[in-house]
Amino acid sequence: MSAIVDFFGIAVIIAVVKVVITFAALLGTTIVVVWFERKVIADMQARIGPSRWGPFGLFQTLADGIKLFFKEDFRPQTADKWTYAIAPVAAMVPALLGFAVIPVGDEVTFGDTTVGLVMSDLNVGILYFLAMGSLGVYGIVLAGWASGSKYPLLGSIRSTAQLISYETAMGLSLVPIALVAGSLSTVDIVTAQAGSVGRVTFFDGIPVLEQISAIFRFIPNWYIWSQWPAFVIFFIAGVAETNRAPFDLPEAESELVAGYLTEYAGIRYALFFLGEYVHVVVISAMAVTLFFGGWDGPTFSFLSWLWPVIWFMIKTVAFIYLFIWFRASLPRLRYDRLMWLGWKRLIPAALVWIMVTAVVNTAGVARGVRLGVFIGLFVVVMIFIARGDPRQLKPVSPQSQGRATRGVA
Amino acid sequence: MPEGYFGQYATIGIFVFVGVALVFGTLQLARLVRPNVPSYEKSTTYESGIDPIGEGWSQSNVRYYIFALLFVVFDVEAVFLFPWAIVFERLGTQALVEMVIFIGILAIALLYAIKKKVLEWL
Repeated sequence: MSAIVDFFGIAVIIAVVKVVITFAALLGTTIVVVWFERKVIADMQARIGPSRWGPFGLFQTLADGIKLFFKEDFRPQTADKWTYAIAPVAAMVPALLGFAVIPVGDEVTFGDTTVGLVMSDLNVGILYFLAMGSLGVYGIVLAGWASGSKYPLLGSIRSTAQLISYETAMGLSLVPIALVAGSLSTVDIVTAQAGSVGRVTFFDGIPVLEQISAIFRFIPNWYIWSQWPAFVIFFIAGVAETNRAPFDLPEAESELVAGYLTEYAGIRYALFFLGEYVHVVVISAMAVTLFFGGWDGPTFSFLSWLWPVIWFMIKTVAFIYLFIWFRASLPRLRYDRLMWLGWKRLIPAALVWIMVTAVVNTAGVARGVRLGVFIGLFVVVMIFIARGDPRQLKPVSPQSQGRATRGVA
Repeated sequence: MPEGYFGQYATIGIFVFVGVALVFGTLQLARLVRPNVPSYEKSTTYESGIDPIGEGWSQSNVRYYIFALLFVVFDVEAVFLFPWAIVFERLGTQALVEMVIFIGILAIALLYAIKKKVLEWL
């Protein structure tokens, strides 16, 4: 062992061990998440769900994977050979890579070496995460185009427009976080959320409220309190980025067969499928990191390094559950409403929220101005809600429908 | 040595390498074990059960292009916003006013696009 350490140096070995553990943990989690989704949805629909393979049907995903592994993989004649082959890789790898900047726990000390439980603490962590999300679009676009078939092409073009719309909203929703944290490093952002909200002086001198306000000392200082609009935008955009219900238009089976997946079979299909679930895990973990304090939580002296990891996992599973809940409860959006939500609601809301956060956090701005900004924001939100009633959206008229079918790819 | 600034990227490099190798390895392994019995029907594309008519690559609606253009505008905007957000506290009120003007111009552009109804999906 010490010979190996001397040859490569401890840092290289730590890096390799981190990579291997991250892969094992991420793929293992993904396999469990697929089972978890089927079980939860079955429960919500009063069914039993997978129950045959292993305890509680836990090995169902493995059985499916092995089945797909041994399936014949036929490529359509019209397909572009190389692009068709590369597309599953282009979908799967960026999804995995997004996890590299997520801190799963506090620093751990082995003997005289201290290791941070994050694979790579980039100083541009958030930008890296957004970039990997964007690269994921390639897998879908290439798959749809390379199949040389009509349904996949339709699905992939739709998907491109959807993903770039919601990606913009996601990018803009993370600017306020960078603003309040003063850093793009995910580790710094988690550290900035440590501790509690603290003492609130607002109620001082008022008899009962003063005692009640002491409760603020037990509320963790997470960004969700001050940045909840950013979180709402981020999470909606995240659901759209992963192509999950209610934003699963690229694979809407009632109109597009299976979208960009139509011409894929066997192991290649399995890679797309796994990529989507890895993406769900990464988005959930990122939501936890940026808005819910990451691994922040009470620790105890017994196995003190393990508690943060457990807190991180509990929070992440809660968000994965939310993803599944969305799928079980919400019907798929119509395409025009999808675009309406992205461009006319989420992006303007994100822009407004950036300005509000900036004004409120500027030291030189007077209290009256800040109050004015808050009242202004309230008015804007009210206008949004009043105009946002979907019943006021015009139904598609017969003429425009005819136009659309003629022009659409 | 994966330490410091370049070390973090070196770790990412190892991650990319392992990831790509893993996925390609899976594909190659599957190629060894799966059956391969090609036939004409299997090599045609899906078109609701009939033989496909015409080419698979058809024209796209021009509206997608407009969304792509708008995407570039707002993504570049985000690129400018992130550096400003990081050094925001040091720059103070003047930078805030400048950024509000910058965001305002783009907000007007978005409003114009809404008014011209290019964001309506018919």
